[in-house]
Amino acid sequence: MKHEIVEKNLGLMIVLIVLTISGGFLAEVVPLFFLKETNEPVEGLEPLSALELEGRDIYIREGCHVCHTQQIRPFRAETERYGHYSVAGEFVYDRPFLWGSKRTGPDLARVGGRYSDAWQRQHLYNPRSVVPESNMPAFPWLFEDQVDHSKTAAKMETLQTLGVPYTDEQIAEASAQVEGKFEIEALVAYLQQLGTVISDKR
Amino acid sequence: MSTFWSIWISVIVLGTVFGCWWLLWATRKSQTTDTETDRTMGHSFDGIEEYDNPLPKWWFYLFLATCIFALGYLALYPGLGNWKGLLGWTAVNQWEAEVAEAEEKYGPIYAQYGQTPVPELAENSDAMKIGQRLFANNCSVCHGSAARGQVGFPNLTDDDWLWGGTPEAILETLHNGRMGNMPAKGTMPSMTNEQVDQVVNYVLSFSGREKDAEAAKAGEQVFAQACVACHGPEGKGMQALGAPNLTDNTWLYGSTYEWIKETVINGRQNQMPAQDRLLSEDQIQILAAYVYSLSN
Repeated sequence: MKHEIVEKNLGLMIVLIVLTISGGFLAEVVPLFFLKETNEPVEGLEPLSALELEGRDIYIREGCHVCHTQQIRPFRAETERYGHYSVAGEFVYDRPFLWGSKRTGPDLARVGGRYSDAWQRQHLYNPRSVVPESNMPAFPWLFEDQVDHSKTAAKMETLQTLGVPYTDEQIAEASAQVEGKFEIEALVAYLQQLGTVISDKR
Repeated sequence: MSTFWSIWISVIVLGTVFGCWWLLWATRKSQTTDTETDRTMGHSFDGIEEYDNPLPKWWFYLFLATCIFALGYLALYPGLGNWKGLLGWTAVNQWEAEVAEAEEKYGPIYAQYGQTPVPELAENSDAMKIGQRLFANNCSVCHGSAARGQVGFPNLTDDDWLWGGTPEAILETLHNGRMGNMPAKGTMPSMTNEQVDQVVNYVLSFSGREKDAEAAKAGEQVFAQACVACHGPEGKGMQALGAPNLTDNTWLYGSTYEWIKETVINGRQNQMPAQDRLLSEDQIQILAAYVYSLSN
């Protein structure tokens, strides 16, 4: 085949380019949408409560995922420090997932229950007050602002449409459950459940 | 993985590899002379022409080599649907091998320390080096790297203990955690602002620092109603409940009038998370010895 034919026929070139770049996607990504291993929740996994869900949105808003990953890789050095390696079934209700790609701070996949609520609050108010060498920013406004409860139910409905098993009662109660809560309460509630479905010793 | 997806993946992956191979062969051309060719693409823009040289041979063969490498890789490692690969490698069995290797190397050391009683282990300098590392990784975030604590998180180097400093008490604290809970206004929810002032003055009087002697005197009554259940009639505290001694010079939350007032009005919650879920028995034994060694 002549190079020239491809170069001088735009239509043909477009078809060949699409074919070339879609190969990886079709082979590596598309099957994951349908596999049992990646779509079935691990035993005991529950969708986030209304408060935890709002906490997750604050986690996204403040960009926590930019400096913290939520994915423990299967290396001994990681499982010694953070606990059992992450498995796909833990994230089936995460939309979008917050695995992250860079660790300026430690991985948070199993931070739930590691520290007390009081520690989490103090650390978020001023990280240096508990970890002097920390370079994490402080988030004092979380203690002043209340959670916006007007969209909580709508968010849960959307997730329900996407296959997260929220019941209609949970959605009906959602707004009342977060009304009047401070953002810090929501964020700490979210952090304290992270990775607690699977536990093992280091 | 179902047969359909297995075939789907295999066909696309192998199709891509062989497609690259075919493309390389189909578009290759031979060189007319040994040195350089004067063949051009036949177009000219402002007198600028484009040579029609073939791919350098080493480059061409390198491309073919990548295709062969890909096939070799796909034979050895799991990449084609359900094909497990000749090496039988998976990320999990690699991790298991790493852990087993470490276990073989460090397991006996940990097991030996795990059997040693805490006071004896605290004398063992090798074990305490491990203890220090474990402490730095797991405890220093709250208790500080020098274990001297901070507001709300106890100092572990002094001889004052909320829940007891015997080896057994330290082990219990590490294994199951502790939950200290001082209710707002103690056991007297009806406490008025005046009574708060009185009881704070009374607490300050334990260390001779009362601001108002009269209020301190009146505070004794309030203390008897609101505080003795946990802190005892003399304010000496109770380790079974993690209630601190109020008569000494050690304060978890600050010793000034304002701090104590804040504590009385809002109460305090104090949690030490259980380490049972996180650390092995042997590691907890070593950590207990390390904490014990800090004050003994």
